[in-house]
Amino acid sequence: MDWLKIGSAALMIGMLVFIYPRMKHAIKHSPKGTSEDWKGFIIPLIAVIGFVIFLMATI
Amino acid sequence: MLGNQSVASRPIESVLSTNKVIRSTYQLLSMTLLFSAFAAYLSIAMQASQGMGLVATIAGIVMLWFVLPKTANSASGIPVIFAITGLLGFGIGPMVAYYLAVNPSIVMTALGGTGVIFLALSGYALTTRKDFSFMAGFLMVGMFVIIGASLLNIFLGIPALSLAMNAAVVMIMSGFILYETSSIIHGGETNYIMATASLFLSILNLFSALLHLLGAMNDD
Repeated sequence: MDWLKIGSAALMIGMLVFIYPRMKHAIKHSPKGTSEDWKGFIIPLIAVIGFVIFLMATI
Repeated sequence: MLGNQSVASRPIESVLSTNKVIRSTYQLLSMTLLFSAFAAYLSIAMQASQGMGLVATIAGIVMLWFVLPKTANSASGIPVIFAITGLLGFGIGPMVAYYLAVNPSIVMTALGGTGVIFLALSGYALTTRKDFSFMAGFLMVGMFVIIGASLLNIFLGIPALSLAMNAAVVMIMSGFILYETSSIIHGGETNYIMATASLFLSILNLFSALLHLLGAMNDD
């Protein structure tokens, strides 16, 4: 086990501890999206996925 | 009469204030990105080790969590955000140096790809003015799962899991760009320094994930 792995693991544990209360708060308090709202997110996301696949194919 | 004027002028004031936050955020974001790129260049030129990069990243994240929220409402927030973005840029340097040595076109493609994705998603959120606040819980859970899986993969070292996580990071960061831009438009985020920090992190993570994905596809 090298120090780089231990340091990275410590950083990620710190991130999990930091994010957990914010995640709980966001789940409780964020508004629920309608299917129309989710469509507005899915469409650009599909475009991003397509673009990344294109980049991966060109490299 | 005065009351009516006040009611009528409120939305205009709100729109002007939102536009000011958007303008200030993009100005600061472009400056911090340039500064971060310079810090990454320094890191590459100094041939900084991965350990040095990790220390710089940890220092940047600690400042982001504990110093920035206390200074973001004052003028001292500006040097703090530059310090954070500089440290994070320095931290990513060894990884960029590695991919530059393997195949420089990976770095250029990742850089261009990140720029295109950020501009396209920001443009989409700004022109449609959709409210993406409903995504907060989903994005936070996604982030939490990715960090948890990354933690596991430090010890497991499964390449396929790493690839899947980087693909998930691209999707989650794309969601964060939409969410944060919409949050500025709808008045959820009124502090341009905090908005810059959020967008900067999304861009940095997006760039890093694209580098890994393109690196995995490279034959060299």
